[in-house]
Amino acid sequence: MDDTTIIAAASIISAGLTMGIGAVGPGMGQGRAVAGALAALAQQPDASSTITRTLFVGLAMIESMAIYCFVISMILIFANPFWNHVIAQTAGK
Amino acid sequence: MRLSTDQLIFWQHGFLELNATIVYTWGLMLLLAFGAKWITGRLAPGIVVARWQCVLEILVLGIRTQIEEVGLKRPETYLGFVGTLFLFIATANLFTIVPGYEPPTGSLSTTTALALCVFIAVPFYCVKERGWGGYLKSYVEPSPIMLPFNLMGEFSRTLALAVRLFGNMMSGTMILGILLLIAPLIFPTVMGALGLLTGMVQAYIFSILALVYIAAAIGPERQKTESVSSQPKQ
Repeated sequence: MDDTTIIAAASIISAGLTMGIGAVGPGMGQGRAVAGALAALAQQPDASSTITRTLFVGLAMIESMAIYCFVISMILIFANPFWNHVIAQTAGK
Repeated sequence: MRLSTDQLIFWQHGFLELNATIVYTWGLMLLLAFGAKWITGRLAPGIVVARWQCVLEILVLGIRTQIEEVGLKRPETYLGFVGTLFLFIATANLFTIVPGYEPPTGSLSTTTALALCVFIAVPFYCVKERGWGGYLKSYVEPSPIMLPFNLMGEFSRTLALAVRLFGNMMSGTMILGILLLIAPLIFPTVMGALGLLTGMVQAYIFSILALVYIAAAIGPERQKTESVSSQPKQ
């Protein structure tokens, strides 16, 4: 295998792994957060506005982990710096 | 496939280039500025008000309530900054229902600019409320050991703000593009509707987080009470 093949294969595989493993943690975290918020809402419906606001802010915080993974996998697929470097080198030869 | 709206270039001359991000941002700015000018030019007191005045009143009152609920007294001080953030991001994300439009918030340069605004606004309001001493003291609270972590948190949360909004909006456009390739009949519409919801939630999150950062920097107990009562009585 030459350099470009290795880089392409590694990028694609690690992009998939990044997204797959990176979605597990935030998914479990968001599930727990929503479950906690639902229990709190059932106990105290009067405090629904505060609970909902805190829930949304917390969900956004948790979700940003998954978003980082998504951005990294998009960079690996569509704007890979190593790929561009190798292409520039082979074009220069 | 384009990763961001920066790569869609409308006009280029030398090193000057006019990409979609700039064009759509300025379009939105013109729309918001002239819309606000047009509505506030014909404000009327009384029971029966114009339709658009109602919209503005709902928005301003809603944002005021949110600012008060976060724990900031005197919401008028923050209404301009936070309200502008919310309105700009919300309109930028909601206009995705117009065909051919791409949200400028799906570009990392726009979201970085917005996050830098928050980065500057937090010390600004903190110094305004507590003075320079109080502001610098907020970095060594609760103990001086926390100084590097407080400094690091300042930068990392700015980065997080920028990447969160960018990632969410970019993923919406990206998923639409991929779905158009594999299932072009119904699913893009459904995901587009979901994208509208995500856009509104992200606008809300961005402004609420800016508010929370400002409130955390100022601290709940050190705020001056009503500006009228803080002046010495003659």
